[in-house]
Amino acid sequence: MSLVAGLVTGVVFGAFLQQGEVLRFERQVGAMRLLDMTIIKFMLSTIIVGMIGVHLLLDAGIAEFSPRDFNLGAQLIGGVFFGAAWALLGYCPGTALGAVAEGRKHAWWPILGMLIGGLVFALSYGFIQDYIMPIGSFGAVSIQEALGVSHWVVIAVFVVVSLGLFRFFERKGL
Amino acid sequence: MQGSVNWKPYLFGALSGLLLTLSVAVEGQFFGTSTTFPRFTTLVLDTVGIDLGFLEFYQVRDGNLTGAAFPNWQLLFVLGIALGALIASKLSGTFKREELPPMWVERFGPSVKVRAAYSVLAGVFAMVGVRMAGGCTSGHGVSGLSSLGLGSLFVLAVFFGTGIITARLVYGRR
Repeated sequence: MSLVAGLVTGVVFGAFLQQGEVLRFERQVGAMRLLDMTIIKFMLSTIIVGMIGVHLLLDAGIAEFSPRDFNLGAQLIGGVFFGAAWALLGYCPGTALGAVAEGRKHAWWPILGMLIGGLVFALSYGFIQDYIMPIGSFGAVSIQEALGVSHWVVIAVFVVVSLGLFRFFERKGL
Repeated sequence: MQGSVNWKPYLFGALSGLLLTLSVAVEGQFFGTSTTFPRFTTLVLDTVGIDLGFLEFYQVRDGNLTGAAFPNWQLLFVLGIALGALIASKLSGTFKREELPPMWVERFGPSVKVRAAYSVLAGVFAMVGVRMAGGCTSGHGVSGLSSLGLGSLFVLAVFFGTGIITARLVYGRR
């Protein structure tokens, strides 16, 4: 059941990514060159609906979840690695696969690199756990916990800021 | 406003947010893709007889980080993204065979070898980076921010900040 659900969810998400035009190298590098905000529009729209949705589920007692861990050191170093590489690749892990599927043969190379990167990560896992993870490790802390407010306050601010960005992007033709 | 607004990224982004909400409600699954890459690599290595079982990586949560976790929800989700993108691009007539991204060619020339070399190297850094950071643009971006994780907000800022700086260094001013 879980496998079928995974496949169906993936197929629908893949179709949405493709129709949203975010699987393209030009869209992703374009965002980082501040020329084309398509992927930001897509991501923020997903996050706005997603954060309202999952917190309604949380309040209704239908779902339980905690945020991902905050590890300052590992996330700073890892984030810099990924950010720099992303600007060259033009793809993140999920969109690279989708790009191959819509005909972009060159997206196989980033996938090959990421698979080799999986091995490099496995080899360096012990070192990362021992020396990098302990740097600034705060656990699963949420934004509302850090600020001491209700999650709906954070969501409201996020929505308002996002809508402001959308308006700005459309005015500038980005 | 410059011309008409392209609503696709907003529409399909928002639909993806609904899909995430549904997935959390029904299966308790948030989106994520990057963990599947090291799992796949270790599966390939095991299959060809390379035993790295002595690594700490293989012991974590009974091998949950390796191919031993297959088949699972996320593997099918990742494969589904490719299938969904293939179906959607074929049905909508937007499937396009492309040897190299035009924006890349403009900057780095038409050599496939150059693209392959940069992609594989950057792919390695990308995967080590996202696994250190604990998630990629779907895991931290969509899922992490939807669950209001402080770490996810931080990681996304680092991803985009580094990406923008790198794109500026690589492609120069527009």
